[in-house]
Amino acid sequence: MNTKTSRRIFKPLVFIASLLPFAYLLYALYSDTALGTKLLTDDPVQKFDRELGDWTLIFIIITLTVRPLADILKKRELIAYRRMLGLFAFFYGVLHVSSYVGLNLQLEFAEFVKDVVKRPFITVGIIAFTAMAALAATSTKGMIKRMGGRAWTRLHWLIYPIAVLGVVHFYMMIRADFSRPVIYGSIIFVLLAYRYVVKLRRDGKRKRRDAETAAA
Amino acid sequence: MLIKFRKASDAHESEVTPKELFLNRRSFMAAAAAAGGTALLPAFPNDARAVFTNLKKDPKFQTLEKPTTLDGITSHNNFYEFGTGKTDPKKNAHTLKPRPWSVEISGHAAKTGVFDLDDILKPHQLEERIYRLRCVEAWSMVIPWVGFPLGDLIKRFEPTSKAKYVAFETLVDTEQMPKQKLPILDWPYVEGLRMDEAMHPLAILAVGIYGDDMPNQNGAPIRLVVPWKYGYKSIKSVVRINFVEKQPPTTWNIQAPGEYGFYSNVNPNRDHPRWSQARERRITGEGGFKALIAPKIETKMFNGYDDVASLYTGMDLIRNH
Repeated sequence: MNTKTSRRIFKPLVFIASLLPFAYLLYALYSDTALGTKLLTDDPVQKFDRELGDWTLIFIIITLTVRPLADILKKRELIAYRRMLGLFAFFYGVLHVSSYVGLNLQLEFAEFVKDVVKRPFITVGIIAFTAMAALAATSTKGMIKRMGGRAWTRLHWLIYPIAVLGVVHFYMMIRADFSRPVIYGSIIFVLLAYRYVVKLRRDGKRKRRDAETAAA
Repeated sequence: MLIKFRKASDAHESEVTPKELFLNRRSFMAAAAAAGGTALLPAFPNDARAVFTNLKKDPKFQTLEKPTTLDGITSHNNFYEFGTGKTDPKKNAHTLKPRPWSVEISGHAAKTGVFDLDDILKPHQLEERIYRLRCVEAWSMVIPWVGFPLGDLIKRFEPTSKAKYVAFETLVDTEQMPKQKLPILDWPYVEGLRMDEAMHPLAILAVGIYGDDMPNQNGAPIRLVVPWKYGYKSIKSVVRINFVEKQPPTTWNIQAPGEYGFYSNVNPNRDHPRWSQARERRITGEGGFKALIAPKIETKMFNGYDDVASLYTGMDLIRNH
């Protein structure tokens, strides 16, 4: 199977799989409302906030994993899925913020502004979200062309600080038992370390090559 | 007046439950089943499932607010000894053995020692107190407790003039409370009240909910309930009551002193670094869409229990949060 056909098959599959967490939340809401279950617990507002925030972080991590995975498996074509996964991270981020502002704060925007200013974990979260919006807005082919590859790459490097801020936001929000953010943080650390090592090697190679050219 | 107290021997198994009551309960269950199952249980089934009889019901301690359902009260708990998730205690608290249970009374009091819980309970007239419970996480419930005034118990043990505070401790037992193996909090969970707070008639020790035994996940077999303070002050599964001279350490204050003070009175004007305390989400026990969009409730000073204001005259309650 060539790359094009496999992409035609797998892209929709990845798309549908990425929607599953959202679909589950909708199903759970239906089930709790109509069938009297408690899938969303007795406090569905908090459950929505938490689940959507969790999936935002998970999709950021998945997006960050694409490049190392493509390198290790020597499958460049995997890079083609990165934009979609990144946009899903943003999708869950939008839902997370909407759930917080709409359901938790019940659209009290004055309260929201106060939260952003006064509560550091929300400040951190909103900074990460704003940066993510900038990446989403510049994710189209047209934008890449308009910005130029180098500027675009530099901007989209922001996904690393966004991931770190996301985990910090999660960590600061928790009262006790920090195991989850620590797990997420460790994964992000490994991914960051990997990229750093790759960069060091590439720089080393380039220097050697430059030295060789100069000698010749 | 006939007052029935539960003895050690009639702890909670059906065999020693007064027979007529046991039968009543059965016939009620049968009736409910015939009527179409649990969905048709009345909203407030305490009399039907009561193991505690002749509960005193002072209208002063009832409320017009609709109580949270038993399912809600027992499914949404903060009890980190059984896990940090809200639904963990319900899943995990079955390992707790609420009988036999002993409580140590210690410190500055004429009578001290280790007592069997049922001996401690014997002389007390149990009451139903329907209280709001306000969690610092900005959610609340309405809970029909079964209990008795903490002050009545304190008087029995005759604290001396040196007893300025009352300190409480939760059980430490990694077999019964498996999550205590993890350093989530500084075990044991400890709490405390100033003596005048502890003597306030609103402060109770609770041994049940909805006329029945305290469910494990709610702090069986005996817990503190201080309705004008955030929920974490109402320590669960108490094994020690200690009369002390100095303000005792309290778990959440140790964990994050800037966030949780010793007093922890419900106060909509004192912003918590994590949550605005101005409003609260009422957990009704009814989940789904209704719970998702239910309007928030304005939080009241002292959780609406204004009677206690006189305990704090002249105190800056923002600084002494």
